Amino acid sequence: MSGEKNLLEIRHLKEYFPVNVGFFRTKPLKAVDDVSFTIKKGETLGLVGESGCGKTTVGRTILQLYKPTSGEIIYDGEEVKTKAQLAAFRKKATMVFQDPYSSLNPRMTVQDIIAEPLDVHGLYRTKAERRERVLELMSYVGLNSEHASRYAHEFSGGQRQRIGIARALAVNPEFIVCDEPVSALDVSIQAQVINMFDELQEKLSLTYLFIAHDLLVVRHISDRIAVMYLGKMVELADAEEIYNRPLHPYSKSLLSSVPVPDPQEARSNQRIVLEGDIPSPLNAPSGCPFRTRCPYAQEDCAGSMPEFKEVEKGHFVACHHLDEVSSMKGGLVLRGTMTG
Amino acid sequence: MSEQLLEVNDLHTSFFTDAGEVRAVNGVSFRLDRNKVLGIVGESGSGKSVTAYSIMQILAGTGKIVSGSIKLDGRELVGAGEAVMKGVRGNRISIIFQDPMTSLNPTYTIGHQLMEAILLHTNRNKQQARERAIEMIRLVGINEPEKRMKQYPYEFSGGMRQRIMIAMALACEPDILIADEPTTALDVTIQAQILELMKDLQKELGMAIIMITHDLGVVAQMCDEVIVMYAGSICEQGTADEIFYHSKHEYTKGLLRSIPTAENNGQKLEPITGTPIDLLNMPKGCPFAPRCDHAMKICLRERAKRIQINEDHQAGCWMNERPDSSGEEAS
Ligand SMILES: Nc1ncnc2c1ncn2[C@@H]1O[C@H](COP(=O)(O)OP(=O)(O)OP(=O)(O)O)[C@@H](O)[C@H]1O
Ligand SMILES: Nc1ncnc2c1ncn2[C@@H]1O[C@H](COP(=O)(O)OP(=O)(O)O)[C@@H](O)[C@H]1O
Ligand code: SF4
Ligand code: SF4
Ligand SMILES: [Mg+2]
Ligand SMILES: [Mg+2]
Repeated sequence: MSGEKNLLEIRHLKEYFPVNVGFFRTKPLKAVDDVSFTIKKGETLGLVGESGCGKTTVGRTILQLYKPTSGEIIYDGEEVKTKAQLAAFRKKATMVFQDPYSSLNPRMTVQDIIAEPLDVHGLYRTKAERRERVLELMSYVGLNSEHASRYAHEFSGGQRQRIGIARALAVNPEFIVCDEPVSALDVSIQAQVINMFDELQEKLSLTYLFIAHDLLVVRHISDRIAVMYLGKMVELADAEEIYNRPLHPYSKSLLSSVPVPDPQEARSNQRIVLEGDIPSPLNAPSGCPFRTRCPYAQEDCAGSMPEFKEVEKGHFVACHHLDEVSSMKGGLVLRGTMTG
Repeated sequence: MSEQLLEVNDLHTSFFTDAGEVRAVNGVSFRLDRNKVLGIVGESGSGKSVTAYSIMQILAGTGKIVSGSIKLDGRELVGAGEAVMKGVRGNRISIIFQDPMTSLNPTYTIGHQLMEAILLHTNRNKQQARERAIEMIRLVGINEPEKRMKQYPYEFSGGMRQRIMIAMALACEPDILIADEPTTALDVTIQAQILELMKDLQKELGMAIIMITHDLGVVAQMCDEVIVMYAGSICEQGTADEIFYHSKHEYTKGLLRSIPTAENNGQKLEPITGTPIDLLNMPKGCPFAPRCDHAMKICLRERAKRIQINEDHQAGCWMNERPDSSGEEAS
């Protein structure tokens, strides 16, 4: 379970990508726009939101696979800034990717894939030591030692995801960004891999940033959950709190859109069906990014971005009109034609 | 009495590949009534799409219906010939696919593609087809239809493209809409829009829908009846309530146990062990036996026949026929 100490603290993180919008003209695409949060040691922070809202970019920018446009990344009490700090950080923080099919080199054997980070960081002295470590990593993720000399393409999706995780564990990381690690897997296999993430966390005292679009999976695995919309964080709270009492209008509609695998509940649920599409991050609305789809939007929502603030202990939310939102009952069903 | 539209009987469809015969659909039978939404669930490769493509007779190169019968309004479609199928596809039965981008031509306007589909399947003239296309765009909830007619697919979001696909599929008011993972590529809020739209249109137009999905949530929300497939066969079939609350097949039970829910929150999930089936190496008896915790000796030898559990439910699992004294669990 989560301790009290912050392992990671993110302050005002921004990641802007320059995008061509004509001859010699670029415009910043604000993929991540002023995001702040903390992750405690041993905890799993879930990160959810619709496609393109900036989840992967948050993960990659924290690991500085992208150079942050601005903001601070503080790991274990120390800002990650200099080259030396970054090199040290990279040994403690790593990433597991979504697609078990394309993220592994099909021409490499399983043992070479898993040992690659060991090779890169020079983490063994002898061949025998290398092999021993590879077998240990394979046993962590439930792969047989006979699999070591086979090629990645001979494995099923679930097995490939295990290989990817063994590889991520090679550097003995403390913190792992898991970017949609079970999304490409069949339900029956998904459960095996989710359990494995749980077990490894306990055994190796890992801390996760767990990105996923399946909200039932995120709820299962996370201690706390953060919701993003168009590059901004709009809500963050304990997993159960956010499920039972979402405060932000976007979180409310996102959660009510999830089809629950229970026919009786599905029949009785009143859903909030959002109008329209997510705007392009190149043309994000002024003020609150959600205002073009928000049923509670008022004039001032176009004026300024609401502050992301702690409204109750540990419950952060960014909305100008929380009082009105909470006084409306959940039974509101909104439908309409698509614009934009 | 409900009106029967489609009846599939003991359908076998195979792909004849270099590695051997892939029995993608292996004895599938079901009926579909007007006004019903029938869900087909199962893991990837279980034969859901091939079942759909068999009904439409749009199988890829080496694929072939080996045996069985598919009747529409009592009329046999298997072996009826391409001329008959041309009259069925788009007119009586339409299909929409998972990825709308691959089914729309990027080089033509939305209007052109919609009108082409309408002209192909009806005897409307160009002006009437245009009017119908505009009406359909409006029907699927996209504003400014006249303007939209002139736009290209890339100018549409994923959700809007899927709406256009639905418009195209429904333009000729088919009796049956087959939706093959229609929302799998979409975000949940957009998925909610599309599912609501499909439900509304189904009621409004009085058609039947075959909803193919791997998402049990989508099934629970949309379907009156559910078919659960594994390795090309139907494990069980029944009303949504029967399947979710009184499942009578070990695969379905395993599937339902393995998904995160409010109930198992904070506990370990119970996965189905083992690896997915390899259709080139099918076991002799129950195809699920290698992964089934309750497999008995008879399961390894012989497949259980599908039996009627009650009037709303059929299942094919030896657990339902087990003599009380047996206790012969396989190792
Ligand atoms: N290297 C890049 N150059 C330019 N734009 C980028 C780049 N990477 C991401 N983006 C843009 O930044 C925004 C956020 O992308 P990101 O990949 O973080 O989204 P995501 O939330 O992970 O989405 P998904 O759920 O689809 O994985 C998107 O608009 C995306 O197109
Ligand atoms: N064109 C093809 N050639 C060979 N095998 C195929 C082809 N299309 C599908 N199959 C096989 O048929 C089986 C069922 O596939 P499918 O119906 O697409 O599964 P799903 O349930 O995921 O829709 C799978 O084993 C698949 O590999
Ligand atoms: S700030 Fe305004 S637009 Fe944004 S979520 Fe709150 S009410 Fe809606
Ligand atoms: S028939 Fe036997 S092996 Fe197959 S699901 Fe039932 S109990 Fe398991
Ligand atoms: Mg992503
Ligand atoms: Mg399919």
